Amino acid sequence: MVVTAPVLAVDGLSVDYITDRGAVRAVDGVSLEVAKGEFLGIVGESGCGKSTLLFAIARLLSPPAEIAAGSVRFRGRDMVAMDEDELRHVRWRDYSVVMQSAMNALNPMMTIGAQLKDAIEAYEPASSQKIRERSEHVMRLVGIDPIHLASYPHQLSGGMRQRAMIAMALVFSPELVIMDEPTSALDVVAQRSLMLQIKELQRRIGFAAVFVTHDMSLVSHFSDRLAVMYAGQIVEVGATRSVFEDPKHPYTKGLMQSFPSISGPKERLVGIAGSPPDLLQPPAGCRFHPRCPSVMPRCRTEEPPFYEEPADLVRCHLYDR
Amino acid sequence: MNADSAPLLETAGLTKHFRLGGYLSNRILHAVDDVDLAIGEQEIVALVGESGSGKSTIARLIARVYRPTGGEIYFRGRPLSAMRSRSEQLAYRGRVPMIFQDPYGSLSPVYRVSHGVLRALKLHRPALSKAARDEVAAQLFESVGLTPGSDFLDKYPYQLSGGQRQRVGFAQALASNTELILADEPVSMLDVSVRIGLLNLMATLRREMRVSFLYITHDIASARYVADRLIVMYAGHIAESGPTEDVLAHPKHPYTQLLLSAVPDPRAPISLPATSSVAEPPRVVDPGEGCRFRQRCPYAIEECALVTPRLRLLRPAHTAACHVATSDIGVPAKEQAATSR
Repeated sequence: MVVTAPVLAVDGLSVDYITDRGAVRAVDGVSLEVAKGEFLGIVGESGCGKSTLLFAIARLLSPPAEIAAGSVRFRGRDMVAMDEDELRHVRWRDYSVVMQSAMNALNPMMTIGAQLKDAIEAYEPASSQKIRERSEHVMRLVGIDPIHLASYPHQLSGGMRQRAMIAMALVFSPELVIMDEPTSALDVVAQRSLMLQIKELQRRIGFAAVFVTHDMSLVSHFSDRLAVMYAGQIVEVGATRSVFEDPKHPYTKGLMQSFPSISGPKERLVGIAGSPPDLLQPPAGCRFHPRCPSVMPRCRTEEPPFYEEPADLVRCHLYDR
Repeated sequence: MNADSAPLLETAGLTKHFRLGGYLSNRILHAVDDVDLAIGEQEIVALVGESGSGKSTIARLIARVYRPTGGEIYFRGRPLSAMRSRSEQLAYRGRVPMIFQDPYGSLSPVYRVSHGVLRALKLHRPALSKAARDEVAAQLFESVGLTPGSDFLDKYPYQLSGGQRQRVGFAQALASNTELILADEPVSMLDVSVRIGLLNLMATLRREMRVSFLYITHDIASARYVADRLIVMYAGHIAESGPTEDVLAHPKHPYTQLLLSAVPDPRAPISLPATSSVAEPPRVVDPGEGCRFRQRCPYAIEECALVTPRLRLLRPAHTAACHVATSDIGVPAKEQAATSR
């Protein structure tokens, strides 16, 4: 599918949290690629490791979490091997991060303009006029009147704060923007309008996006490809429409059976029995087997590899043909 | 709700204002203004709206956490303000319990999960012996899907998953002589894969335990899944109310239409509207007369700024508070589809 070199290539990435009771592997052998200008959605439930994966990719992990294995290649360079000084040259200029809660990520004591100035100066010395021009430019990009450069975060609505965060992520026109549930604190109407805007900006500026969310339906119309995570592993990855229209993994099928729709015939849904496993003692074999309606004997002992389906990769023994 | 039976609970002109700022401030937040709603026997009514629309305030008013600024709540025809004795208030709280949003914050970590159920039984059904209480508690746990119930009685919250904890919340709500459960976002903190189980439980309990629910949510799709009737709140007012399927198929209020168009629906065909509505719901501080949605409304006319719209009957059992919306009553069904959007 990917013709040119991918912007981001993650290979066999594992992340451990070191605890008193031993290492918890929160992300286990994740591999994925993001092409230039592509929008990749990563969905999963709380505790599946999606945010940890994202932090690992952005090299933002702090103890007790550490990368245990694997590589993250950004434009061909291995970020896992980079030290802080080398990271400084790529972080924010070439890739940036939008966090979940703007209220916690923005400094309440500084105006939006001052925070943008900080962000720009930290990576690229510029004249105040240049900084001003660039700040106004990114604020207009995200649909906020530049007059709000003088505003403090508390003076903005939730949606505007998230937009300001996105403006900050775009000051250097990065090639990759990593987003951790940027819309989850918003109401549906504001959420929808922010998603439309992200998509529009992406089209205009051409950055690639990795978008993590627990809400599968949110990305259904926005992402090019979708990766589904369960208990630290990717269990299915494929073109978004094909994952939605023809989910392969029993977990993905279960998720699709978990949220009601506002249109179409009303049908009884069942969800998925049980709850996600404790990662201190993940189940042997396939991690989904205790909850799986199609479980087979080999699932209990043998960890499934990825099987190739047309347009999809699935980690499930059902597809071993 | 059957038209001929009196509702289980009814509010008339229910209003709650909060004073903002210090003692000298006279800025008033209108959290709930002039709300009339009714919940019938064994009925599930969904109250949907964005954050700040006043939906949780209504639940707290009904639960008697707040005193209303104006208006009245009637339970089985009796006004709550007339319930003065402690025993009467206790009985009401037993009949109308609440389930909270956060199953991690609503159970005390130092008590067994049966603690709340046993306490409620002791308080509301004092005739039961200790052994009988344990037995009833185990039955209640089974009725909410925690089987075998007797095994769960001695567990501590940390041993339970989020979904199981929320089931404990349901058992607690059922331990009194329950008639109406106020469920404030009971599934929004849970994982997607376990939410539907709780929604199914609500439907089961309505059928088997003969209770009603006021289901408060921002998720219209889940409201459609369980609720008989839908009430859409906007900025402290009821914008629209009616049978769930009718409201979804023929939304009359422009706000309901906006809300429905914003719900992400993977089963719907891809359609990206050209314009995105950037505005967000207002905080209703010292509002004047007029429709509170008018600044965001594409159909606003002069009257909307002058007169607060009242709920009007626009389809059978289906009302909306909008000056512009047209009535379908008396209009042949074929033409209704054309006028409903």
